[in-house]
Amino acid sequence: MKYTGNVLKYGDNVDTDVIIPARYLNTSDHKELASHCMEDIDKSFVSRVQPGDIITAGYNFGCGSSREHAPIAIKASGVSLVIAKSFARIFYRNSINIGLAIVECPEAADAIADDDRVEADLDNGIIRDLTTGQEFRTVPFPEFIQSIIENGGLMESIAKGAIE
Amino acid sequence: MTQKILAAHAGLDTVRAGQLILAKLDLVLGNDITSPVAVKEFAKLGVDSVFDKDRVTMVMDHFAPNKDIKAAEQCKMCRDFCGEKGITHFYDVGEMGVEHALLPEKGLVSAGYAVIGADSHTCTYGALGAFSTGVGSTDMACGMAIGKAWFKVPSAIRINLTGSLRKHVSGKDVILHIIGKTGVDGALYRSMEFTGSGLSSLSVEDRLCIANMAIEAGAKNGIFEVDELTLEYLREHGAAEPVIYSADGDAEYDEVLDIDLSQIEPTVAFPHLPENARTFAEIGDIKIDQVVIGSCTNGRLSDLKAAAEIMKGKHAAPGVRVIVIPATQRIYLEAMELGLLRQFIEFGAVVSTPTCGPCLGGYMGILAEGERAVATTNRNFVGRMGHVDSEVYLASPATAAASAVTGRITSPWEVDKL
Repeated sequence: MKYTGNVLKYGDNVDTDVIIPARYLNTSDHKELASHCMEDIDKSFVSRVQPGDIITAGYNFGCGSSREHAPIAIKASGVSLVIAKSFARIFYRNSINIGLAIVECPEAADAIADDDRVEADLDNGIIRDLTTGQEFRTVPFPEFIQSIIENGGLMESIAKGAIE
Repeated sequence: MTQKILAAHAGLDTVRAGQLILAKLDLVLGNDITSPVAVKEFAKLGVDSVFDKDRVTMVMDHFAPNKDIKAAEQCKMCRDFCGEKGITHFYDVGEMGVEHALLPEKGLVSAGYAVIGADSHTCTYGALGAFSTGVGSTDMACGMAIGKAWFKVPSAIRINLTGSLRKHVSGKDVILHIIGKTGVDGALYRSMEFTGSGLSSLSVEDRLCIANMAIEAGAKNGIFEVDELTLEYLREHGAAEPVIYSADGDAEYDEVLDIDLSQIEPTVAFPHLPENARTFAEIGDIKIDQVVIGSCTNGRLSDLKAAAEIMKGKHAAPGVRVIVIPATQRIYLEAMELGLLRQFIEFGAVVSTPTCGPCLGGYMGILAEGERAVATTNRNFVGRMGHVDSEVYLASPATAAASAVTGRITSPWEVDKL
């Protein structure tokens, strides 16, 4: 799995209420959710984000509510990967389950600047900041989780008989 | 305790922290926000029925009674699905309540259960000795289909409780105090296990409130040791036969947090994180516009009683809007029979039908730009209750009521002296 894009950088404890405010939870339409993504933390996100872009953030990204609408909004807005120092646990499993790529890498999250061009090769555990030339190592997912992602998500894994 | 429950549900003798397991579930929960996404995911599988009609439950509580057309469509989608699949425990307007107050009340959760819910505050049921955790809609869909979920076995933090609470201090003050110490990610991926000699002095409703906010410390679950009070509660509510798991004497913990309940003071979490806990020595003169008493954290009968005790013979301060939301129909009825509703109305409060409404900025009490609310809810993130430039201060029902009396954030100890 390889991802390349420009970085949109955020801080610690980005919660699901700012990723997708509850006032928009009366729909589960992916495009509509994406049109309000990050609205309460960064009004410019929707106009700035380009397909393939990468979000970097600090600790506890995605804390708060269990709303799957949060990773859905991020994925549907075109973001290919989220790199954070740590993720809140429900957001973490939701992302895996819907097939949004995420990775914990505190060094990369610290060093990479907003708008840097970044390439991530998660199979080999390497993140490269193409703007600065810096390189960071990540820990690969456990095999079980890798298999969910490779099968395209949790439901797809069940449908294919990978989980019984 | 958590590890033992997970091992039993995975069909294993023991499990260790970090191990990935597939565990059987005793109950799968969803609400009107998360279930529609789960229903769509469920359809992808092409299976006809849920794994067990009695072990899937949906509660229409977030935007119900329907706040707008889209919310109505979402509830309809859940209603149609539950009707089609013959789901026993579907709770709609008239029967519904705020889910985490409703399920224990209906006896749907017992000690030793493994529960997932597509709502982050599903961790509430740990108060009853269950392993219970919040998940997303896809996990819910998977749970509905096969009755199982994957988990990474968590390590644990032990919260050792001693002493007993002082007057007007409740479970909410305890959990805000604890989150103030751990921070909002201090228990990330881990289990918070509540034990100690102070446990017996905490009512089951206080425990439900404490376990409810374990997620605000980042925890996977919060779980209380089962005692006589738990068993009595489960019997009273007609829950299934409890299975009791206790921690071994040599159980391993990442850390131990000692909490002397007798030292806890009325505590308020300042915007915009639940970890910003302060006691009244550090709280100045903060004027407020609204007070909300309710939610899955603090909408139970003991909460309404605590608020009513403070409000008795007094009136809301001019300019403060007070919204009281009994969490379930049964609580509403009991509050009515006890004369609490009359007391709230005479105080100048509005009493609402059960709903999550304002807690997540849905409806029934949205804040305008620059407004401040004291709420007995569980989150005070940016924009949580309305405008992105509004503020939410988290507090106990007693503190919220005291603040409604004076119009500024006020300790219940201060109002006692008025």
